[in-house]
Amino acid sequence: MARITAGIGASHVPLIGRAIDTGDTQSDYWKPLFDGFDFTTKWIAEEQPDVIFLVYNDHATAFSLDMVPTFAIGCAEEFAPADEGFGPRPVPMVEGAPDLAWHVAQSVIQQDFDLTIVNKMDVDHGLTVPLSLMYGQPKKWPVKVIPFAVNVVVYPTPSGRRCYNLGKAIRNAVDSFDEDLNVQIWGTGGMSHQLQGPRAGLINQEWDKRFLDRLADKPEELADIAHVEYIRETGSEGIEMVMWLVMRGALGDKVTELHRHYHVPASNTAVGHIVLESQS
Amino acid sequence: MALEKPYKDVPGTTIFDSEMARKGYHLNQFCMSLMKAENRARFKADEHAYLSEWPMSEEQKQAVLGRDYNGMLALGGNIYFLAKIFSSDGKSFQYAAALMTGMSEEDYKAMMVSGGRSPDGNRYIGENK
Repeated sequence: MARITAGIGASHVPLIGRAIDTGDTQSDYWKPLFDGFDFTTKWIAEEQPDVIFLVYNDHATAFSLDMVPTFAIGCAEEFAPADEGFGPRPVPMVEGAPDLAWHVAQSVIQQDFDLTIVNKMDVDHGLTVPLSLMYGQPKKWPVKVIPFAVNVVVYPTPSGRRCYNLGKAIRNAVDSFDEDLNVQIWGTGGMSHQLQGPRAGLINQEWDKRFLDRLADKPEELADIAHVEYIRETGSEGIEMVMWLVMRGALGDKVTELHRHYHVPASNTAVGHIVLESQS
Repeated sequence: MALEKPYKDVPGTTIFDSEMARKGYHLNQFCMSLMKAENRARFKADEHAYLSEWPMSEEQKQAVLGRDYNGMLALGGNIYFLAKIFSSDGKSFQYAAALMTGMSEEDYKAMMVSGGRSPDGNRYIGENK
């Protein structure tokens, strides 16, 4: 049987991708950030997950205002790194896991979450930067990926509670898949940041750290955080943290925290990173 | 009954909600068109002419021409869409963020390296600093 064994939370700042692509990870600016991922790169090489269920958001790349799906699951055989305006990142094609993706789509929709099924989609930095953080610069990604895009750009965006419950439904779905697969779920984006307007540059370290403190053992409290609190306390783009709740919901009731890292800044953003092992 | 917008009292912040998404539809779709190299080239060659192909308001067009990002936000632009404009100009997110805050890029960068803008005094419009 397939099982979700662990979850990772990680920011997906585009400039982190650029630092990796240009070999700049050891400079004074970037080294403290990348050092915090050393544990995880070694850990994941030992864990060797078969599939990553990668929760991220599209940044006006695959989805313009033509269509704005709240939850979109990538069911294709492969996904190309997107050209976000200055050419695609020099990273490998992303290989999908269509059997499992379609199974999850069917199961989760039958659990009353209305997913949009996507059969053709380019993936932007929201998906490829976390892959680079965990796997470096391989010729081919050593893992299959199910891209799962959450709308956190156009309001109304889904609530934290809905994301958390969706995670639980994803866990049920993976549990009922017959093939023996080690699946990880990653929640990406955040932490505090605001990219727009006169309040741009807002960072709330205290709030972010309290979020990380509660993720393992008090996810119910986090699920109750309202949109307006994310906006007011963590900046307009801090809302991306609801995607970490999809990840947490999919790990079951009991988890062990294996690793944590927090660093300010990467460009305009507070970078958070956590590794949680499912104990259920 | 009107939809609740509890975020209206957050200073210096425009939430891209249904109202803004409708107002900015054509502005944002124009931005999306800049994802294609051929469109970027045409825009660069004659910005007025390229903008005239889009059913945007005159105000929106002037804001684009003037690279007035706060103006574009107020007219329904979303930052991830507007990013296509400053990317076409070869500018970074940090450049645009500094511009929107009225700081020099150098000062803005220094603020970020020293921990970013504090939420204290920045949670509510009119809050005492």
